[in-house]
Amino acid sequence: MLILNRRRLLSGTALVLFTASSAPSRAGTIAGALPWAPGAAAPPRPVVPGPWHFFTPAEGRTVEAIVDRIIPPDPDGPGARDAGCAVFIDRQLAGPFGRAEGLYDHGPFVTGTKQQGPQSRLDPATQYRGALRAIDAYSAQHHDGRPFVDLAAADQDAVIGAIEDGSLPIEDVVTKDFWTMLLKNTRQGFFADPVYGGNRDMAAWKWIGFPGARYDYSDWIDRHNEPYPHAPIGIAEAPLWRPAASK
Amino acid sequence: MRKLPHKDVAIIGLGWTGSIMAHGLSEAGLDVIAFERGPWRDTAQDFPPTYAPDEYRYRVRHELFLRPAQMTFTFRNNPSQTALPIRDWGAFMLGNGVGGGGLHWNAEMWRFEPSQFMLKTHLTERYGAKFIPAGMTIQDWGVTYDELEPHYDRFEYLCGTAGTAGNLRGAIQPGGNPFEGPRSRPYPTPAQKQPFNATLFAKAAREMGHQPFPQPSGNMSQPYTNPLGVTLGPCTFCGYCEWFGCGNYSKASPQTTILPVLVKQPGFTARDNCEVLRIVLDAGGKRATGVVFVDTDGEEWEQPADLVLCCAFTPFNVQLLMLSGVGEIYDPAAKRGNVGRNFTHQTVSTATAFFDPATHRFNPFVASGAIGMCIDDFNGDNFDHGPLGFVGGGYMGQVQTNGRPIETTPVPAGTPTWGAKWKAAVKQNYNSSVYSGSGVHGSFYSYDDVFLDLDPTYKDRFGRPLMRMTIDFHENEHKMSAFLTDRYAEILRAMGATRVDKLPRTGHYDVTDYQTSHLCGGAVMGAEPSTSVVNRYQQSWDVPNLFVIGASSFPQNAGYNPTTTVGALTYWTLDAIVNQYLKAPGPLVQA
Ligand SMILES: Cc1cc2nc3c(=O)[nH]c(=O)nc-3n(C[C@H](O)[C@H](O)[C@H](O)COP(=O)(O)OP(=O)(O)OC[C@H]3O[C@@H](n4cnc5c(N)ncnc54)[C@H](O)[C@@H]3O)c2cc1C
Ligand code: SF4
Repeated sequence: MLILNRRRLLSGTALVLFTASSAPSRAGTIAGALPWAPGAAAPPRPVVPGPWHFFTPAEGRTVEAIVDRIIPPDPDGPGARDAGCAVFIDRQLAGPFGRAEGLYDHGPFVTGTKQQGPQSRLDPATQYRGALRAIDAYSAQHHDGRPFVDLAAADQDAVIGAIEDGSLPIEDVVTKDFWTMLLKNTRQGFFADPVYGGNRDMAAWKWIGFPGARYDYSDWIDRHNEPYPHAPIGIAEAPLWRPAASK
Repeated sequence: MRKLPHKDVAIIGLGWTGSIMAHGLSEAGLDVIAFERGPWRDTAQDFPPTYAPDEYRYRVRHELFLRPAQMTFTFRNNPSQTALPIRDWGAFMLGNGVGGGGLHWNAEMWRFEPSQFMLKTHLTERYGAKFIPAGMTIQDWGVTYDELEPHYDRFEYLCGTAGTAGNLRGAIQPGGNPFEGPRSRPYPTPAQKQPFNATLFAKAAREMGHQPFPQPSGNMSQPYTNPLGVTLGPCTFCGYCEWFGCGNYSKASPQTTILPVLVKQPGFTARDNCEVLRIVLDAGGKRATGVVFVDTDGEEWEQPADLVLCCAFTPFNVQLLMLSGVGEIYDPAAKRGNVGRNFTHQTVSTATAFFDPATHRFNPFVASGAIGMCIDDFNGDNFDHGPLGFVGGGYMGQVQTNGRPIETTPVPAGTPTWGAKWKAAVKQNYNSSVYSGSGVHGSFYSYDDVFLDLDPTYKDRFGRPLMRMTIDFHENEHKMSAFLTDRYAEILRAMGATRVDKLPRTGHYDVTDYQTSHLCGGAVMGAEPSTSVVNRYQQSWDVPNLFVIGASSFPQNAGYNPTTTVGALTYWTLDAIVNQYLKAPGPLVQA
């Protein structure tokens, strides 16, 4: 006998979290059979290229310039700008990550020890906005009024160094905590599945030799010290899937 | 508040312990309801192989985990500090949803060493009482390895654990862990195949006189049908294991071992997305009458029940006791109370080894959550601590679980964290280095100043006080970590590494630094109500129709992952409830 009675209650005061792609779930009763809802799976929503969702055009250019110094292009591998890291960060800031959704946001907000972790009252989107303003202000102050994007690479590196060591002041933000976030977000965009807007054409995966979303290495567990022969694939695509002419 | 029809048993939490108890008690003919604060989860819907391999979604954005907005804790290193809230997770991760931590664990499946269950007695007999550092509050468990052995066996056969026996009924077996306690029969399935790095580690360790063996694993080495009739498929070494659900039905979890049978059991009902707020006590405070839970509408309901089981995982078990007024909260200054006392975690350390890319290619992405070759020569009391001046130990091994590049791009210490030099180092070392996040899995013994209580300032979303964690490392653990990490690094060097960077555990406990999710203690078991919260059957001393099940019962944490011991304790308690308690409900041990 199948008794499947999932009470679908309207979401009220209780906390129901939206994940990146799935609908919120509601309290339910399960008995007699596994609950099974056709079409309930939640694949990720792919990032579609196009205008910035969160950054202003000027901010977008600044972020592209910053990430391209954090992971610079070289003859061997892509830089973060071409890999799409700024697009990745933009879409993340426009979504739940940017709003600090799911994090604990009750006050009082007190700066504690390093071991107690970041305690900012500002969400990541607001921190980025303030930081980008501060980065241009700092660049202007140290380099004849020029914004970050107009600096020579070495000067850009010096400004990034000032974020890293915490000496570049950002209003209401612990600069070192912002740096930790910026560095993480850049690497995430570089190495995440291309479905999130970075790691374009799986360039970063190809560069280090990571096969991506392949899910079965049964044939390679015994092939010790031998190069893995297959190109990477992603959740939504594989660079191999192209007309011969465009390869 | 509306009252629901009476049930025989109310279970709080439907992870590993809750699933085992629900299955056993509904099989015994009881009417069982289980409450789970998170959603129902299954493979096809939540992590099918088409999109399970997504490092960003599951590893970075924590899709399958509890979010701090739902519930968090405050944290400080010592009682002189003001605790601050953990706003985002770091040092440990917490399950949320059916399957609990069992859904996204590695499935490294260790038994504890027999002497662990008599730790205080054992160390005192061997080294003298003075050898135990001041402030360390280790104690015996009140249950022995021999009593638990049949229940260890039952959990391993539920999971299909892959491994090589080291001690069969007292006879040491080649290729297994010679230090393990006697087991009544071999592992249900043979050990997993091993990758290059683990194989090199085992060879080097053997040549140095150590005794390597494959890590016991809940990632299947072959198809396996468990005693409940549920079948798991072979692991494909996908490298998206811990922090992820398995899209292949290859990792032992409640989903792949119990739930398909449990939901069909007459008398079993689950409520998902329903969070239990408290255990309800009668006027005398000596009997639980049920639980109060809140649904996603914010509506509170009362579920009356004869028997209440806390299966909510360590910190939530302790928190439920505190918020329900069961027992007295530990106060270190007054030296009173036991709820929250002897809270522990793990002392993890590691070393990264770099090899010549021209001769070494590890393919780190070919891995599983519980793969690897280990040694146990420096765990528990398997070595003489006398000259070393510390107690405790840990297993160590090449147990690298992945080559997921957001997490795993090792570079030599001192490399800049960005720019051309970082980039060149990533490329150079990605395929020619080995990095096991928890290569050295050290114990964390209990102390009088490491504990849980309620925070005076910060509140949860219902306006109740958050639980406060006070936790730091002590000199004993620092010494142990330095010693173990040195031994580990020696083996990595003998593997042929051109460079080894040691990462022993130093300094203060840092809540942003991941250290396993093995929170233990706070509602510990024991022979005496004066030093424990539950008796040897995990039954509350104060409220005999309440059982508090899980690693919250550990008086201290050993140098192993906890869950096989948690599974054994759960079956041990199930056995006591079915064969003793139901016949004569009341205290199973007289205080
Ligand atoms: C990333 C990761 C890797 C791990 N790897 C290993 C490993 O390799 N080996 C090992 O031995 N262990 C490992 N563990 C630990 C292992 O997952 C736990 O020990 C195990 O799941 C504990 O079982 P449990 O039933 O006590 O808790 P869980 O399985 O976590 O289940 C508790 C359940 O209770 C629910 N709950 C909590 N509070 C309430 C409430 N108030 N109302 C309703 N429901 C509630 C939770 O949502 C959860 O689903 C790992 C854990 C993590 C997170
Ligand atoms: S490594 Fe194996 S057990 Fe783990 S998720 Fe992948 S296929 Fe499943």
